[in-house]
Amino acid sequence: MIDGFLALYIFMLAAFTGHEIIARVPVILHTPLMSGSNFVHGIVLVGAMIALGHATTPFETGLGFLAVLLGAGNAAGGYVVTERMLEMFKPSAGKPGDKA
Amino acid sequence: MSWLPILVKGCYFLAALLFILGLKRMSSPRTARGGIVWAGLGMLLAVLATFALPDMQHRGLILAAVLIGVAAAWWSGRRVAMTAMPQMVALYNGMGGGAAAAIGAVELVAHVRRALPAIPDTAPLRPESWALDALHQAQSPALAPLSAVALVLGVLGALIGAVSFSGSLIAFAKLQGWLDKRFVFPGQRIVNLLVLLLALLHGAMLASGDLTMPVILAFFVFALLFGLLMTLPIGGADMPVVISLYNAFTGLAVAFEGYVLGNEAMIIAGMVVGAAGTLLTQLMAKAMNRSIGNVLFGSFGAAAGGAAQEIAGSQKPIEAADAAVMMAYAERVAIVPGYGMAVAQAQHKVWEFAKLLIERGVKVKFAIHPVAGRMPGHMNVLLAEAGVPYDLIEDMDDINPEFPNTDVVLVIGANDVVNPVAKTDPSSPIYGMPILDVAAAKHVIVIKRGKGTGFAGIENALFYADNTRMLYGDGQAAAGQLVSELKALDT
Repeated sequence: MIDGFLALYIFMLAAFTGHEIIARVPVILHTPLMSGSNFVHGIVLVGAMIALGHATTPFETGLGFLAVLLGAGNAAGGYVVTERMLEMFKPSAGKPGDKA
Repeated sequence: MSWLPILVKGCYFLAALLFILGLKRMSSPRTARGGIVWAGLGMLLAVLATFALPDMQHRGLILAAVLIGVAAAWWSGRRVAMTAMPQMVALYNGMGGGAAAAIGAVELVAHVRRALPAIPDTAPLRPESWALDALHQAQSPALAPLSAVALVLGVLGALIGAVSFSGSLIAFAKLQGWLDKRFVFPGQRIVNLLVLLLALLHGAMLASGDLTMPVILAFFVFALLFGLLMTLPIGGADMPVVISLYNAFTGLAVAFEGYVLGNEAMIIAGMVVGAAGTLLTQLMAKAMNRSIGNVLFGSFGAAAGGAAQEIAGSQKPIEAADAAVMMAYAERVAIVPGYGMAVAQAQHKVWEFAKLLIERGVKVKFAIHPVAGRMPGHMNVLLAEAGVPYDLIEDMDDINPEFPNTDVVLVIGANDVVNPVAKTDPSSPIYGMPILDVAAAKHVIVIKRGKGTGFAGIENALFYADNTRMLYGDGQAAAGQLVSELKALDT
């Protein structure tokens, strides 16, 4: 188990990291970034797998199965949607009809 | 410790690093595409490493659940239209919250079982099995009963996750159009507060060690109910802020459950999203000049329905041919798209029209309000889908000073974000919201389906201004007319 205070430090530093990443983002990327961060918390899938992997009673197994199902949906859906959005961002360089 | 747990921990470390680097790359348009691929690699690594954990059971079940979940989400994510993106984000986010809550539930139930006074089979302990058990406990904290801190965080994570789950599903249903009505009744706030207090009370009982099945069940029922009740009265216009808030919620829930499971990748990724999502929510609320508390507990639509403002003057129509001529001979044209353009699928026609203008030497800019569309930046995504290069797109703060020098502003499908009432009428529900100052331009042409009010149901003074002309019609048809009129000019 992670030591209490060590965990507190991790919580704090990670929070600052998240704050810094978003702080200087142009508005045009807010939606993709929201979607991207939505994908990143899909890491919950890993926790769901661990929970199901250690389940012993049928009740726990059922709940764990549900958790993995939902977590996998979060991760996969978040990735596809973000990727589709970002795919469309192109600079004007090299585009015809745009030389003015 | 054998080498395998170390390898798994190493993979988690790499995954956390890739998430942070990926998000960092996503914050610049040039590197954004690579960013999601980096984060995706991190996820793949973390998931594969988890499969390799030595003491995992039910590997077949896990694989089946992962495959079903991935296939369903991949399929739905591929085929959904760009305009429906916000509700898909809400849906996937809700799934994440639900997963976090379910993990919390499993851990609580398992904790009850593990914390029971151990009834070891009285058979003499074989030393090697005892040693193996100790090794397991050292490797996988999930096998031991939870510490007090883990119990509190686990309950908190489950609460936040459950609220995010049911709340996001309501947000999804609302944006999808399945739930049209706002659900308001007298004393709603008190009921909501009561439900929240009940959820907290049961959470506190769990955290203080009163872990019985009825309490666990009641806790989850009240938590889910609170997410439901909290989201139902919120109007559609505020949904972006709400989705972003629930995104941050899910991040927090994941971080807390990560602590319970002793999984550093979950703690870091969850906390990064929690902080980033909170900031993003604040930015969005600020763009609408409202506090998050006001969005959640205010009564936006109710005030709007109450007092309709009187606006003097009349709406003056214009024909597509005249509008096309006006813009063809202008020096500077700004196009202000709103969600109406996206609904009419007019972005391709609008971009075709803009390209024709650019060929004629007109300086064309697209002006985007931060909350145009259903999410901040949603409009940018929709324009990008049509092929509009992002350097022609200007933010509100950059383009507002340019409007007085702009000859023609073409407003298509936008309403509240260009409503001057936000600056002039203190009684208006949108008073104080920063707007695109299009009324300052020499001429304004508004493409609009009819004479009705916008999404928020507020009269728009811009439509009655002296320098405004209304081009009535469906967005796509009107843009198509403009294109053909412009082409006719050259022949």
